[in-house]
Amino acid sequence: MNNSGEPGKISFATKKFRFSDWFAERFIKVVAFMSIAFVALIFIFVFREAFPVFRMDVIQKVGSENLVQERYGEEPLTPATANPVSGSDIKVSKPSSTLLARVWMPVSDNPRYGLIPLFLGTLKVTLIALLFAAPIAILAAIYTSMFAKPRIREVIKPVIELLAGFPSVVIGFFALMVLATVFQDIFGYASRLNSFVGGFAMSLAAIPVIYTITEDALTAVPKTYIEASLGLGASRRQTAFNVVLPAAAPGIFAAVILGLGRIFGETMIALMATGNAALTSINPFESVRTLSATIGAEMAEVVFGDTHYSVLFLIGSLLFIFTFILNAVSEFYFKNLVIRRYQSKK
Amino acid sequence: MENLKVRAINLSLFYGDNQALKNISLDIPEKRVTALIGPSGCGKSTFLRTLNRMNDLIDNVRIEGEVLIDGVNIYDRDIDVVNLRKKIGMIFQKSNPFAKSVYENIAFGPRINGITQKSRLDEIVEFSLKQAAIWDEMQGRLHNSALSLSGGQQQRICIARSLAVNPEIILMDEPASALDPISTGKIEELIHDLKQKYTIIIVTHNMQQAARTSDLTAFFYLGELVEINKTEIIFSNPGKKQTEDYISGRFG
Amino acid sequence: MNRNRKDIIIESLTGISVLLIIFIIVSILAITIKGGWPNLTWKFLSEFPRDGMTKGGIFPAIVGTAFMTLIMTIAAVPFGVITALYLAEYAKENSVFAKTIRFAVKTLAVVPSIIFGLFGLGFFIGFIGQNMDKIFNGGVLKWGQPSILWASLTMALLTLPVVIVSVEEAIRTIPVEMREASLALGATKWQTIKRVVLPGSVTGILTGTILAISRGAGEVAPILFTGAAYYLADLPHSLSDQFMSLGYHIYIMSTQSSNVDATLPIQFATTLVLLLLTFSLNAVAVVLRYRIRQKAK
Repeated sequence: MNNSGEPGKISFATKKFRFSDWFAERFIKVVAFMSIAFVALIFIFVFREAFPVFRMDVIQKVGSENLVQERYGEEPLTPATANPVSGSDIKVSKPSSTLLARVWMPVSDNPRYGLIPLFLGTLKVTLIALLFAAPIAILAAIYTSMFAKPRIREVIKPVIELLAGFPSVVIGFFALMVLATVFQDIFGYASRLNSFVGGFAMSLAAIPVIYTITEDALTAVPKTYIEASLGLGASRRQTAFNVVLPAAAPGIFAAVILGLGRIFGETMIALMATGNAALTSINPFESVRTLSATIGAEMAEVVFGDTHYSVLFLIGSLLFIFTFILNAVSEFYFKNLVIRRYQSKK
Repeated sequence: MENLKVRAINLSLFYGDNQALKNISLDIPEKRVTALIGPSGCGKSTFLRTLNRMNDLIDNVRIEGEVLIDGVNIYDRDIDVVNLRKKIGMIFQKSNPFAKSVYENIAFGPRINGITQKSRLDEIVEFSLKQAAIWDEMQGRLHNSALSLSGGQQQRICIARSLAVNPEIILMDEPASALDPISTGKIEELIHDLKQKYTIIIVTHNMQQAARTSDLTAFFYLGELVEINKTEIIFSNPGKKQTEDYISGRFG
Repeated sequence: MNRNRKDIIIESLTGISVLLIIFIIVSILAITIKGGWPNLTWKFLSEFPRDGMTKGGIFPAIVGTAFMTLIMTIAAVPFGVITALYLAEYAKENSVFAKTIRFAVKTLAVVPSIIFGLFGLGFFIGFIGQNMDKIFNGGVLKWGQPSILWASLTMALLTLPVVIVSVEEAIRTIPVEMREASLALGATKWQTIKRVVLPGSVTGILTGTILAISRGAGEVAPILFTGAAYYLADLPHSLSDQFMSLGYHIYIMSTQSSNVDATLPIQFATTLVLLLLTFSLNAVAVVLRYRIRQKAK
């Protein structure tokens, strides 16, 4: 190339092969593809480790109890009563046959992997957490987007989003050390750690998720709607609840769904604040053991590849499927805001 | 008499179902300034961007017809767009220097062409800035950020930047529309100097500017080329009623 | 009158919700600071735990967390940046491939962190690690067990969406005029990315990195059984060593310690360290992101 005289002659008549561009494009595409591959690998490897549950035989000593009876038995078995009386019969059975049992007793002579108490426990905690998180977060979002002055709004938003930056182990610690005691003083219940404490603590993890997405959804409602409503003589409250809220409903729904996913899969808070006893009771002040906490508490102590190990992976598979479905649902309801905003916490 | 540099033959452009250019055919001679005028939305900028295939960047664009540059159809399948663009400089409506120093802005083109030797780069930077008539102003501030300059200076830096890759054709898309009269005057002067070496095609909505700077003027209206002729003829004795209406300020 | 009162009550209710959230945030901060500050000394930060972890400091947990997040960053940031580049620069918005990638990234963002732990155990340790041992180590156990490498890679996967989202946002704030200027000069697409797009997204890459570090430093569930250790007498020396981490330390000290009450000051101080760390990182990220958004305007 010559720059001092006449313009240089470059031929453009034939396509030139440029290796770095060719390579960069393919390389970038392959790396981007890895995100899909990772999700697939998670699927495959969590399921792969869970799968043996359905093939494995396990040797159980069966005492006076009958497994079939237990599965359909009416009275809930607590760990204390579930201890098998040691018997002389040795029975070979499939661990999968105990999955619907009412008892979670993976470590015993007669291990039973009943997921029902874990499911019920998770459901209970999730419900409690959502009952706190959803109204508080949605009301706070309404205040932020509808009633707050712009200057105050600029402060509120980042402050509430700070909560998303709290590691869940810190929230769990706070629940364990502070909330449990405070709530016990107020309500006077017996077991210090229970689904109420755990649920409330988990709501703290879900609030920023629900708040942020709801706030975005409310703010995305066109200003003209608001002006039209106010112009017709409606109060700001009426406008917020009768015009803006319905218009933003799909977004708020997606927000609650994602909040639900966040609570459902939360492990550390569950481990630290729910008491971890696999009871089936609807009393919110009883301890529970959630699905994710069970994995967290027991995986480190199981033998690699044995039944208990596989059952924990089975629980993981169920959690994964469930959050996958939740994600797909929220995706369906509220595409764009989610990717933009949902970035800090689970 | 004059060599033909650019030739459009039955060129049509569609954004989806929307036809933005309708069967444009025109010839642009070498080392002359050709002005494209017309009311906004008439397709003049779109046409300009077909000449260096800048429209390729937009999804959903379809082009029919041919554009020949030096006799080669640039929409042929085997065309190397990168090399094509090296041959065709482009100045945009809004000056767009990179967030780098003046020096690095000018050296950008040579660098991507593989020139790394410092002395060679210095030479090109100086030469390009001189050609763009901004060397005297920039000599002492080559390493200042280009973004710290005034709008007019930024635009001339952009011109110098495009000269540094040795183009044959320079496309200018309303290069002075955002500038004050003094900066505009400098740009127009520059255009006059540059046509000694380069074929210049300039889109403008400023008819005085077209009249002052160009040799030929093409009038576009609603995606069609209404007429093209010597500038003095277009402005004194246009062949079409629409052209006359436009240049006499009756619409647009 | 009636209407007015209803308005006031409901408006107050929304305001009270905001105050409640802020009250909780302030409480957590205040209680952690009150409980942790007196014990937050240089000695605490620079010493190993002593006397069955009832005394001493948290030095190995700080170092372990730092190493883990460092390895995590090395793995997650390049992946995240490249994926963001694909989404912002190469992908056609409507292509099935790009949509699938977006869905995958969102899935990674919502999968519970404990699942990443399971994946790390099943894939990195059980599959990759054990096969590495078979092939390179003659079956001697080295890689087929929890280690800082596997924990970091597990965490990298979890923080990948954080990086992708931040970087993509930053890339999209680079005006199209900059890309056009470069392409019009005859730069190829890759040259444009390398010389214009990437330098212009440095702040975004930094923001994403900081958010990822903050996230990774605080997460415990993914490392519970992929590499975190209860107590180690030494710092990790190789990638196959286990490590101590701040978050895990808080967890075990508060739930598994033989004498929870006696170690309360240690627990609070550790929590304060972790909170200060994630907080300051988040604050920096907020400022950086604010600057990116201002620049985009």
